[in-house]
Amino acid sequence: MENQYDVIVIGAGVVGNAIARELSKTCVSIAVIEKELDVSMGTSSRNSGVIHSGIHYKPGTLRATLNVLGNSLMADLCQDLKVKIDYIGKLTVAQDEEEVKSLYMLKDQGETNGVPGLAILDPDAMGKIQPNVGGIKALHSPSTGIICPYSFTIALAENAHANGCRFYLGHEVTSIQKKDGRFEIEAGGKKLTSRILINSAGLYSAEICRMLGINEYTIYPCRGEYLILDKRLKGALNLLVYPAPHVGKAGLGIHLTNTVSGNILIGPSNEYRQDPEDYACTADIMARLRKEGHILLPELKTTDFIRSFSGLRPKQTPPEIGGFKDFVIESREDVKGFINLVGIESPGLTSSPAIALMIRDMVEKLLPLTPKTDFNGRRSGMAGHFHELSDEEKADLVAQNPDYGEVVCRCEQITKKEVLDAIENPLGVRTINSIKYRSRAMMGRCQGGFCLPRIVQILEKEFGYRPEDYLLKNRTSPLFFGKMRQDIK
Amino acid sequence: MQTIKRDLVIIGGGPAGLAAAVSARKSGLDDILLIERDRILGGILNQCIHDGFGLHTFKEALTGPEYAQRFINEFQSLGIEAMLETIVLSLDKDRALTVSSKKGFLKIQAGAVILAMGCRERTAGAISLPGTRPSGVYTAGAAQNFVNLQNIMIGKHIVILGSGDIGLIMARRMTLEGAKVEAVFELLPTPSGLARNVQQCLNDYNIPLFLSTSVFELHGKDRLTGVTVATVDERFQMIPETRRFVPCDTLLLSVGLIPENELSLNAGVRLEPATSGASVDDQFMTSSPGIFSCGNVLHVHDLVDHVSEEAALVGRSVVDFLSGRTLSTLPARIPMVTGKDVRYVLPQNISGKEDVTLSLRVTRPMRNASVLVTDRGRKVARKKLIRLHPAEMIRIKVKAKDIETAEKLEVSVQ
Repeated sequence: MENQYDVIVIGAGVVGNAIARELSKTCVSIAVIEKELDVSMGTSSRNSGVIHSGIHYKPGTLRATLNVLGNSLMADLCQDLKVKIDYIGKLTVAQDEEEVKSLYMLKDQGETNGVPGLAILDPDAMGKIQPNVGGIKALHSPSTGIICPYSFTIALAENAHANGCRFYLGHEVTSIQKKDGRFEIEAGGKKLTSRILINSAGLYSAEICRMLGINEYTIYPCRGEYLILDKRLKGALNLLVYPAPHVGKAGLGIHLTNTVSGNILIGPSNEYRQDPEDYACTADIMARLRKEGHILLPELKTTDFIRSFSGLRPKQTPPEIGGFKDFVIESREDVKGFINLVGIESPGLTSSPAIALMIRDMVEKLLPLTPKTDFNGRRSGMAGHFHELSDEEKADLVAQNPDYGEVVCRCEQITKKEVLDAIENPLGVRTINSIKYRSRAMMGRCQGGFCLPRIVQILEKEFGYRPEDYLLKNRTSPLFFGKMRQDIK
Repeated sequence: MQTIKRDLVIIGGGPAGLAAAVSARKSGLDDILLIERDRILGGILNQCIHDGFGLHTFKEALTGPEYAQRFINEFQSLGIEAMLETIVLSLDKDRALTVSSKKGFLKIQAGAVILAMGCRERTAGAISLPGTRPSGVYTAGAAQNFVNLQNIMIGKHIVILGSGDIGLIMARRMTLEGAKVEAVFELLPTPSGLARNVQQCLNDYNIPLFLSTSVFELHGKDRLTGVTVATVDERFQMIPETRRFVPCDTLLLSVGLIPENELSLNAGVRLEPATSGASVDDQFMTSSPGIFSCGNVLHVHDLVDHVSEEAALVGRSVVDFLSGRTLSTLPARIPMVTGKDVRYVLPQNISGKEDVTLSLRVTRPMRNASVLVTDRGRKVARKKLIRLHPAEMIRIKVKAKDIETAEKLEVSVQ
């Protein structure tokens, strides 16, 4: 029946999509409901994109277990999904003997958690991995990696979709009732029902709980701001370099993070906010990040800052307490069939494949799961971008499709074919940001100054767009206000 | 992959590339290829539909497309080869290029290369503009493309940050199209654009220009709803009590142009911090032999007439280089340095064997002053000016006979 599902997942972030994909391996019917027009619009796309090793979490916690398992599942998953992942490793650097002690503590903790390959290095060995690192000792964790978080989240959704999962994008959940053993969900003017309801609404997870009379959770949004640096500096860092943790310090500290696309990020800051969508960047923090950037990266020039962004993590601890609480992942006894995920902040991205397995087990206890024989876990296409291919591969592709020969975004060298693929994405999302996140066009140093007018033209000529059809990210963010004057026929 | 050879490859078919190609052909060079990424020649001039181009070159006020067309006509009547919808992916110091188009990939070995890629606009990210990230924030040039080439209304209540020429032109353009331009804000104490544009685009339409004032925050989660502006002190620090909210649905940025030199860097071309363009000698040759630069990729010009003139000179220089005639003047041994009140001077090195026209910009507005060129204190050239302004490039001629024995030339304002 239409709008009736075995399982409904609320929230199309990395966790919701990983769960949907995992369940799409079975014969249950699944839908994902998302209030935004695209997947990966919240915490999942607004972070450092680091695949953590798992040294930072207390043994026995969900964060420790799921992080280490998630990390080990990532390589194969990314290969199947055609998502670029790079296990570049991380150095946690100590400046004094006190910090060296914390390195040994982290190493022990990591080894208890099952993190592979940990080693304490002296300055000689550190310099061989990354020249010019200060400090007297460092903990090397080779299993730390980097990934493009929105590419990964989108890939999970597209693969779930290809395997029968239905996506209701732009549908905000307004009420949930439990009637006759089924959940009745009102979202975006539609009534949907399911036997099992999974709450992976991230920053809104406590709000979803309250719709079902579960009042024990509160989410405290905590904002991190970042600056994105020009690709000119690619290669300045071979791996991630973090300061050793200090007792009494809240986050992991402002640091540099490589991205798979070759930009370096500076950030994040750490600041509690009231509004779960307060994605502003602030003058004070931007100035602080710029200053830190110049210290951490002496060759940095003022012209190297190409953009800033911020993300919010769903913390369960209020500002006066700070620190971290473990993930809440539970199959509720009081509301049978309600599987609840609360406070999935860092390391949520790394843990997502492991969380999906855990949820699958929880679902299986409520509903028999038979494997789907025609499940296809592989996405077609290429991991990465056309411009990263060899000259021979490129020449072959252009011969097959001339749109590969036309470069639309000159800064990132994104071709017209890649832009067209992004426009015609399987989920049918068509905002400017959805094209940007999928193709990387408009993400370079000119920030779309050159290619946005060209992409607007492609949408008009090949997809019949009128000026009022262009949206940046949602229905209330129009790019334009109609035509200047009527066209002369 | 197919490889072809050309004596001269010109990268960019805007005013600089066109003028350089025409001049090289007229100087006797046959084997020229111009590469342009757009569907048509003319570059940014195609979207500059206002008039005022060509007053120096043609002694009449043309629109951008008209000005470009004169060069395109000449380019085509001379039968010069152009590859359109083709992008240069790489250039190395030995002048080997890789290009891409719908026809596929191609390698080109060039005897000489002229860099004429123009410039790009500084963005909100580049100036680290705080606040939200709504729709309705455009660089002035991108907005000009939407309005003039695509007939799209970008907004109704408009604030412009920066008084660069494109911002000023867009203030008038949007007003003529029925939008309300609330104001233009400029961080500096003086306008960045030409005086004539301030008069003709703002004053004539009663659009206020607030100097020493900037935008400090964007508001609106979805579409822009307004901006916070404030006055700054002489160290460009915001004066908090002057903060005010200006409602608007659109912000246009005209906060500077950056020469587009990513290709040049890979070819080992040394850049000058003051111009963000190549360091060149009086033949406009860069630090990579056989690679020349002209137009806005070399330094940002305020008049296209000067671009054409500079490019014509480069066209001739390349022919001299290819025929070996310039070898006697190499290397350009006399360094040019900036003195009091001069922001940059170009070329950066000269041979002293030929007359040369220097291009320079001053650091601040001045009246009744002289630009002075000296060699160890000895006056070599002087130009008296009534008005000197950072927005207006100054040119001064230096004669070869006056600098034959020079060791270092300093340009200053007295």
